[in-house]
Amino acid sequence: MSVKNQFSRAVLAMRVGLFIPCYVDQFYPDVGMATVEVLEKLNLEVDFPAEQTCCGQPMLNTGCTSAAVPLAKRFVEIFAEYDYVVCPSGSCTSMVRNHFHELLHDDPGYLKLQKKSFELCEFLHDVLGLTRWEGEFPYRVGIHQSCHGLRELRLEGCSEEMRSRPQKVKGFLSGLTGIEFTQLKRPDECCGFGGTFAVAQEAISVMMGDDRLEDHQQAGTEVLTATDMSCLMHMEGIIRRNKIPMAVMHVAEILAGRKPTKPWKPSEIKPASA
Amino acid sequence: MKGAREEILNNLRKQIPMETPALPEVIQGEWIRYANPVEQFANLIAGVGGSCQTVANRGEIQARLESYPEYRDAKRIYSQVSGIPSHFDLDAIDQPQDLEDLDFVIYPGQFAIAENGAVWVTDQGLKHRVIFFITQHLVLVVEKKDLLHTMHEAYARIEFQKPGFGLFISGPSKTADIEQSLVIGAHGCRSMQVYLVEG
Amino acid sequence: MNAPVHKEHAELASEFVNNRQRAKWHDSSLWFVRQKRDRQTQTIPEWEQLRSLASTIKQHTLAKLPYYLEEFERNATKMGAVVHWARDAEEHNRIVCDILKNYGAKKIVKSKSMLTEECHLNPFLEQNGIEVVDTDLGEWIVQLRHEPPSHIVMPAIHIKKQEISELFHEKLGTEEGNSDPTYLAREARYHLRQKFVQADAGITGVNFAVASTGGVVVCTNEGNADLGVSLPKLHIACMGIEKLIPRSEDLSVFTRLLGRSATGQPITAYTSHFHGPRPGCQLHIVIVDNGRSAIRASQDFQNSLNCIRCGACMNTCPVYRRSGGHSYSNVVPGPIGSILAPSQDPKSHGDLPFACTLCGSCSDVCPVKIDIHHQLLTWRRELAIKKIVPWTKRWSMSMASIVLKHPWVYSVGGKVARLALRVMPRWMIYNGLNAWGKQRDLPPAPKKSFRELYRQRGNSNGQESPSHKTNVSNGSKDLKG
Repeated sequence: MSVKNQFSRAVLAMRVGLFIPCYVDQFYPDVGMATVEVLEKLNLEVDFPAEQTCCGQPMLNTGCTSAAVPLAKRFVEIFAEYDYVVCPSGSCTSMVRNHFHELLHDDPGYLKLQKKSFELCEFLHDVLGLTRWEGEFPYRVGIHQSCHGLRELRLEGCSEEMRSRPQKVKGFLSGLTGIEFTQLKRPDECCGFGGTFAVAQEAISVMMGDDRLEDHQQAGTEVLTATDMSCLMHMEGIIRRNKIPMAVMHVAEILAGRKPTKPWKPSEIKPASA
Repeated sequence: MKGAREEILNNLRKQIPMETPALPEVIQGEWIRYANPVEQFANLIAGVGGSCQTVANRGEIQARLESYPEYRDAKRIYSQVSGIPSHFDLDAIDQPQDLEDLDFVIYPGQFAIAENGAVWVTDQGLKHRVIFFITQHLVLVVEKKDLLHTMHEAYARIEFQKPGFGLFISGPSKTADIEQSLVIGAHGCRSMQVYLVEG
Repeated sequence: MNAPVHKEHAELASEFVNNRQRAKWHDSSLWFVRQKRDRQTQTIPEWEQLRSLASTIKQHTLAKLPYYLEEFERNATKMGAVVHWARDAEEHNRIVCDILKNYGAKKIVKSKSMLTEECHLNPFLEQNGIEVVDTDLGEWIVQLRHEPPSHIVMPAIHIKKQEISELFHEKLGTEEGNSDPTYLAREARYHLRQKFVQADAGITGVNFAVASTGGVVVCTNEGNADLGVSLPKLHIACMGIEKLIPRSEDLSVFTRLLGRSATGQPITAYTSHFHGPRPGCQLHIVIVDNGRSAIRASQDFQNSLNCIRCGACMNTCPVYRRSGGHSYSNVVPGPIGSILAPSQDPKSHGDLPFACTLCGSCSDVCPVKIDIHHQLLTWRRELAIKKIVPWTKRWSMSMASIVLKHPWVYSVGGKVARLALRVMPRWMIYNGLNAWGKQRDLPPAPKKSFRELYRQRGNSNGQESPSHKTNVSNGSKDLKG
């Protein structure tokens, strides 16, 4: 019944280093906690090395490569001792897997890290071989396919490519009792977050976010979820501002059995003239 | 002028050699094959604003054409298909501009392609290639046995050993440059029919 | 090159979005084309195989470019064409102008050619007393409006039919208020027919140049290129050095990809193969470098030269669709243009690699598999090295790097920031300085960070590690869940 106790000794003996993106650490601590709970439900030995800060993606994405190098070096050292590195973010995982190379080249420590770093759903699917998750989630769920998870990690097949790929996110959630997925007109368009793009190109960024949410609203999404909290933070910002009746949850929170709440509560919104 | 040529080529030759993937000797793959290529071709051609009919022999085409008022009313017809008469001798015309009022052209296509509704025609033995574009209506006649599945089969049959002109035509001329609304008959022909001849 | 000073992409994009209705209309028009492309590609099971082949063929050709250029020249000459070489735009324009003058050509019809746009051929010829008419309907519309195309395949995609109706009414005397596309296109056909018949020469671009045969291939839907070069006796075809492919059979791959990727058509209405001139006529082929060999010299960006100009990256780009082609201030806009433009002039186009969320959709639609979004990311690094990224961005990123190297500074900083967000009044958070907060709320700042919660939890569990290693069952079941 439970996913517990079905793994071999070898799997259970491994040490998993948790990589919690800096903005999740600071703004969405419960996403981190949910990730811990999901992994512990599987009886894995999980550890959060507290020396970690940020992987350096903001620097790399603004072209400030030299500022990212020391962060990448630290990262490799901090996670060297673990068998696997698991992260509740496709974007940050992709940074480590696909882009550290530009910073560290063929550094042997990095090459080892590259092979053992996984996004959470990907870890459950590829490493643990799980294809379904049990539990209950009786809501209409709209999946936002975060771009880096989708097109850099290939967590799912995307609408551009003419090939089928395993569904490492949707396939996984579909095991939950009562869950329903909403049908979007544009199944995998970018939400417009894009890191510093969100601020540097504020107008386009917000229009993209608006358009995604409009699509989710017409589809009847009650709970908006994604593998990346950054996309959700951007869309949640719009949801709060416009009081859109849609809850926002990271995939890890759904897997950990959290219940949705509306992101905007009147009490949380401070009067503009306070 | 020589200067520019040498400079460009020398410049390229001096550059650090790039990784050179081998050119596949033969272009091959698991190309699509249609169960019913005639139907596929006809659907495709209809989808791009043309039409396709199958006839038992060339002799039937004339009668089919007569059913179109545009053909019956045509003032100037040029045909290179036996059994369908031309109104004039193309070789006697010096200036291609004098073909401005051409209404109908009936011309043999060498082969047709099911995957995209295209027909291959060439200007071999044709004095004025402009007829394909300046005519209001274009009729292409292709043997049914010359219906191919994909472009790979098509290019395997084409040889470019002598100067000349050849083209794939797929449907009438069209534009969607005004708000993506499809308008048939941009600068070239306003209608295009293909006759597939059994046999 | 003296680049004109222009507004940055972010500012032009913001102006475009200001008219939200119009931006939405623009977005849907292009999304419609993207969907047509998807439907077409879905009918070809071997699509991904074709993309890989196309990428290999192009990469091979680029690596052996001098060899194939010479082979092409030899064979094209054998076929009776005259081949010219131009180092840059100026030389290209002069060559074209000289050919026309020697021939006595005064009236020219030109089909779509991004290369001649890039070289600004039209104004040059006009200064030399030669009339040039762009005969592609979309190109003609933007020519009449005295503006550049906003898309490489659909040059007038940014213009509404009512605006075209007004333009045609003013310039051609069409019925006032009649904005029916069929009516307008018919009027254009009628007017341009006269231009075709009167033309002394036709200029076209080149989609593919075949080294082994010496032929050039031109793809259009309207038939304007063909009409324009089969009436007059002089045909000038202008091509960049990157248009080569080795053999005619390679065309089988590219003709399957181009139309489907570009407009979602199985193939363009006309795919014309020119080998030598018509009897008694002239065919001139002008091969142009204009910065292309410099791109080839760069390992990071060389494969951007494999582009076959289908425009699929524009149609799929969520930023392009909402900001319009003109916001890129470059002949080739959108994702691929954002790689090519800074190669030509990094100072003037350094903003373009940032006009992108790095979503990667462009790389996945690209029929020749150019890793467009990765190259845009690489451009950001190059621009930072060249110090073209604003110093504020560079400074803030190096400050952030210092903070993030020291976990305690980071933790304390985070705590202070979150506290500030909780206690500060809304007006202090949401003001003109906060671009995030203009139309979005910030996330509610939690009292405790994850690391604090995690540490506390560890403490309340005693000093035990949170693992349950001891619960191992003996069964080593199949790992499939």
